[in-house]
Amino acid sequence: MHQPTPLLELRGISKTFPGVKALDNVQLSLYPGRVTALIGENGAGKSTLVKTMTGIYQADAGDILFDGCRVHLSSPEDARALGVTAIHQETVLFDELSVTENIFAGHYLKKPKTGALDWKRMHERAREILLDIEAPIDPKTRLKQLSIGQRHMVAIARALSFDARVVILDEPTAALSHHEIEELYEIVERLKAQGCAIMFISHKFDEIFRIADYFTVFRDGQYIGQGGIEEVSEEELVRMMVGRTVDQVFPKSEVDVGAVVLSVKNLSHPTEFDNISFDLRRGEILGFYGLVGAGRTELMQALFGVSKQITGEVRLKGKLLKVSSPAEAISEGIVYVPEERQAQGTILELPIFQNIGLPQLSTINSSGILSTKAEYEVADRYATRLRVKAPTWHEKVENLSGGNQQKVVIAKWLATKPEVIILDEPTKGIDIGSKAAVHEFMSELVQEGLAVIMVSSELPEVMGMSDRIVVMHEGLSVAELNRADFSAEAIVSAATGGGH
Amino acid sequence: MANLLKNRETQLAAVIVLMLVLIAFVNPDFIAPSNLLSVYTESSILIILALAQMLVVLTRCIDLSVAANVALTGMVVAMINSQYPELTLPLVIAAGVVLGTLLGMINGLMVWKLGIPAIVVTLGTMSIYRGIVFLISNGEWVNSHEMSLAFINTPRTEIFGVQGFAIISLLIIAAIYIFTEKRPLGREMYAAGNSPTAAFYTGIDVGRTQFWAFTISGMLSGLCGYLWISRYAVAYVDVALGFELQVVAACVIGGVSIMGGIGTVLGCVLGALFLGVINNALPVIGISPFWQMAISGSVIVIAVIANSRAERKVGRIILRKATLARG
Repeated sequence: MHQPTPLLELRGISKTFPGVKALDNVQLSLYPGRVTALIGENGAGKSTLVKTMTGIYQADAGDILFDGCRVHLSSPEDARALGVTAIHQETVLFDELSVTENIFAGHYLKKPKTGALDWKRMHERAREILLDIEAPIDPKTRLKQLSIGQRHMVAIARALSFDARVVILDEPTAALSHHEIEELYEIVERLKAQGCAIMFISHKFDEIFRIADYFTVFRDGQYIGQGGIEEVSEEELVRMMVGRTVDQVFPKSEVDVGAVVLSVKNLSHPTEFDNISFDLRRGEILGFYGLVGAGRTELMQALFGVSKQITGEVRLKGKLLKVSSPAEAISEGIVYVPEERQAQGTILELPIFQNIGLPQLSTINSSGILSTKAEYEVADRYATRLRVKAPTWHEKVENLSGGNQQKVVIAKWLATKPEVIILDEPTKGIDIGSKAAVHEFMSELVQEGLAVIMVSSELPEVMGMSDRIVVMHEGLSVAELNRADFSAEAIVSAATGGGH
Repeated sequence: MANLLKNRETQLAAVIVLMLVLIAFVNPDFIAPSNLLSVYTESSILIILALAQMLVVLTRCIDLSVAANVALTGMVVAMINSQYPELTLPLVIAAGVVLGTLLGMINGLMVWKLGIPAIVVTLGTMSIYRGIVFLISNGEWVNSHEMSLAFINTPRTEIFGVQGFAIISLLIIAAIYIFTEKRPLGREMYAAGNSPTAAFYTGIDVGRTQFWAFTISGMLSGLCGYLWISRYAVAYVDVALGFELQVVAACVIGGVSIMGGIGTVLGCVLGALFLGVINNALPVIGISPFWQMAISGSVIVIAVIANSRAERKVGRIILRKATLARG
C-alpha cells in the first residue's frame, strides 16, 4: 500500500486539564481516501483528541497540519471552514425540527440579495445529499419521526453538507442495527472514493479490520503505535491497548471473604440485559467490566430499584427482595453511587452536611424536627472519615472539586450503614489524589465487612481492586474471572465480543 | 459582613428602605409607624399566598390556580355564612381551609400521578375553579349585609393594636419558616427542586414533594379565601382576578428561583412587602394607578435580571479552584 501525504496531521499534541494529562505528546495522521482507526481504552484520550481536531479544545502544545500547512483551530467554525467534521456517538440533533433544518442549522443557505433563508434551495440540497448517501428520507420530515439509524444518516448528511474533507466517526455503530451498519460501511466507502480522510473510532475489532486501512493506538493519553491494518493482528492490538509499562499500585487489601450477601439469579430486562446471575460475598469487591453500553449501569440501577419491569431473583442475605424505588433499596441496605456525579449524586446547592443527611432525614432527626447539630455530627463523622477537603461542612457541594464531591456522595451512603454499596465508575473524571483516596477507602470498607460492587471501564482499576470480575458484553455476562486468573487480554477480549 | 451585603435579602430590604425614604420626601406621613403597620396589614394576604407559592416553586412547579382557589373558597365560606349565620366562625373557616386543601390536592395529584406539567394543570384548574364560583353563585354577589358581624370583624380584631390579618400572616410566616428549615419534607422540597435526578437517586420521591407543596398551597389559599372576603366584605366571581401574578411576582422579586430549589422565607416575605409598599404608596404620592402596573412590571423584570446575574457562575470551574486554594 503506497502512502500518500497526510491530509491532516497532528504532531506532539498535548492537552492538560486540572489534575489530568489527557493527551501527552501524541501524533496522528489521516490520509485522503483512507480510513484510520483510532484505538484505545476508555480514557485513552480519544475524545479529547477529537475535540482538539474539531476546534472545541485548543491543544497546549503541538502542531496541526492541514495539507502540509500549519493551522490553528481556535473554534469549531475554524475546523468547519477547513472541512473537518465529526459525527459523535450521541449526535446532538433537534427533535422538533425538520431534517433540512437539522442539516443546515448554523450554516443556513441565504438568498443573495435579501439575506432571507432560502428554504427551497436548502430542501433541494438536503435531498441531494441524502440521496447521495442512499438514505431516502424526506427532508421535510421532522426528526423525531425517524428511527435511530435514520437520524444517524441525517447526522452524516449534516457532516457532508459542510463539504467535508476530514470526517471523524466517533463510535458510529454503537446505536445502529446490523443492516444500518452495512449501510454505514457503504457510506464510508463512498467518502473514501471522494477523497475524504476518515478517522474511525470503535471498540469493535471486526469493524476495525473490516473498514480501516491504518490504525493508531493510544493508551492513557499517550501515542503507542501505528501501522497498516493488514500488518497487525487482533492480539497485537489488544496488547498495545492494555499493556502497561508502569503498573499502578492499588491498595488492595487481603480480606477474608465471608458469606454470600447478595445473590442475583437470572435477572433480565426486556431491552438492557439478560439472564444475569452472580453472588456477592461479605468483604468482597466484585468488579463489572465492559464497554460503554454493555448494560452494566442498567443492571446496577435495576438492583437499586430504578429500572422497572425486570424479571429474575434478587436475594439479600437469603431474603427475597422486590425493590421498586431507590427509597426501598436504601432501606433494605443497598446503596448506589451513580456515575453522573453532578446530575445524580448530590444536591449542589445544599451544604455538605445536609447532603450527607438527606437520605435518612427521619432517622437522624427522630423527633421529626431537623436538628442541625445531629445532622452535622453524622456528616462530621463520615466526611472526616472520607477526608473530604472543605473549610467546614457548611460549604455548598458545588464549591468542591469533583473528587471531593464524589467523597461526599460516598459519605452520604456510608452514613446509612448499608450492606451492599454499588459504585458506578467511582473514579471517573477525578484527580489522581482523590482516586487513590477512593481506592483506599474501598479497601477499608471491605475490611469492615461491607460488600462492594464496582462498575468500572478502567481496566487497571477493575483489575487492581476487584476480587472477582464479571465481564459484560451487549447485555450479557460473558465471563467471570477470579483474581488469580485475571489477564488484561482475556478481559478485553471478552468485553469486545471476542473469544466465544 | 461582606457576605451580609451581598446577601439578597439584605439588598432587597435596603431597596425597600430606600423606597420608603424617597416616598417620605413626597409624603412624610407614609412612614409613620401606624401607617407602616397598616401597609403590612394590607400585604398580609399577599405574604401568605407568596409563601405558599414559594413551596410550589421550590419543587420546580408553579401554582397559577391560587387566586381562583381564593375566589372559590371565599365564595363558599361567604355563602355558608349567609345561609347559616348561626354556624360558628371556626367551623366556617375550617370548611374553607378543607376545601382549599382539596383543590390543592387535585393539582398535586395530577402533577404527581399523571406527570402533567404544573403550569398546564394549574392553568386548567385556574379556569375550572373560577368557573365553579360562577356556577354555585349564579354570578350573584354575596354582600356585606348578608354576612355575619363575626365573619367580617374577627380578622380586624386588634391585639395590642395589631389587626388579626397581620397576626395570622406572622403566624404563617413562622410556620412556613419552621417547615422549610426544620421539617424533613421541607428539606426534601429544596433537594427535589434543586436536582430532581439527584433527589431521586437519594431515595426522595420528587412527585410526592410536589404533591405536598400543592396541598399546602391549596390549604393556605383556602385560608386566604376567607381572609379576602372578610377583608373586602363582598364575594363575587372576579374576586382576586389576576392576583396569582402578583403572588408569583412577589416570589421572583424575593429571590425564589423559578427553576426551583432556591428561595428563603425572608426573601419571599420581603418580595411581598416590596409589592405591598408600591401598591400602597403610589396613590399616596399622587402617581396614577395606571402607572402601578407598569411600575410593578418593571420591578419584576429588574428583579429577574438581578437574580439571573446573581445565579450566573462566571468561570466557575477556574475561580472555584482559586477560592479553594485560598481557603
